[in-house]
Amino acid sequence: MILNYMVQYSTSRLDASFAALSDATRRGVLEQLGRADASITDLAEKFDLTLTGMKKHVGVLEQAGLVTTEKVGRVRTCRLGPRRLEEETAWIARYRQLWEARFDELDKVVEELKAKERVHGRKGKK
Amino acid sequence: MDARGRSEPTLMKNRTTLERTSERELVVTRTFNAPARIVFEAWTRPELFKRWWVPKSFGLSLLSCEMDVRVGGTYRLVFSHPASPEPMAFFGRYNEVMPHSRLVWTNDEGGEDGAVTTVTFEERGAETLVVMRDLYPSKEALDAAIASGSTGGFSETFEQLDVLLVNSGASAERP
Repeated sequence: MILNYMVQYSTSRLDASFAALSDATRRGVLEQLGRADASITDLAEKFDLTLTGMKKHVGVLEQAGLVTTEKVGRVRTCRLGPRRLEEETAWIARYRQLWEARFDELDKVVEELKAKERVHGRKGKK
Repeated sequence: MDARGRSEPTLMKNRTTLERTSERELVVTRTFNAPARIVFEAWTRPELFKRWWVPKSFGLSLLSCEMDVRVGGTYRLVFSHPASPEPMAFFGRYNEVMPHSRLVWTNDEGGEDGAVTTVTFEERGAETLVVMRDLYPSKEALDAAIASGSTGGFSETFEQLDVLLVNSGASAERP
């Protein structure tokens, strides 16, 4: 979507979660969890990693607040953490800024068209 | 302000609102100080559209902008950004074109998960209220769009960062 292309290159987000996100697998895990909760086993399979390897990635995401996990019986389920909800809010705020910036430009175009119409309107074009 | 004698309109900026109104929908609203036909024109004539759709402050360039604004007509916009290795294309089709009041187009670059955009232009006295709705096929599709804009979609940027971190020895952990 257009905003994401704009936003991803126009805002630098150097914060605590940066390191957690500087890894392709962990970004993939977040995308995956955005679609549905999953167990560590599911994730390990999906990303073709050992259980230990995936646990380590999930641990990093968990520390950054991007993921929470809960153990029920023998299964540890992972879902997006509170941090991700803040990100939705932040995304909405940025998207609004994009529209605001667009509309400020659109105001200028509109004013210009109005001015043109005033001129032409007077030239007897009815 | 100028010497032409005509009073320039005070450019009090109108408010832009954006809200996730449901699991599948985002809504943007804004009022413009002009009749609907003028605002509509700025949304449908490519040479006007390209002047505002890509705000300068976002650092993007519009490489091309083709718009065939009629029912069934297509559009295609190609952007570049200095930080992006590849230009990116956005394209779709106009499903509805009602002069001065309504536009509906698809966003096909995202495949099946793309939103359908509906823009309405409602004239109120000397002003026009513009309401733009992005309706996604599912909650998951909108969540994914948000998620990819928040983190996942940064992938190319992060890939560059990966390289940077490795080169500077700052990466504590590499797979």
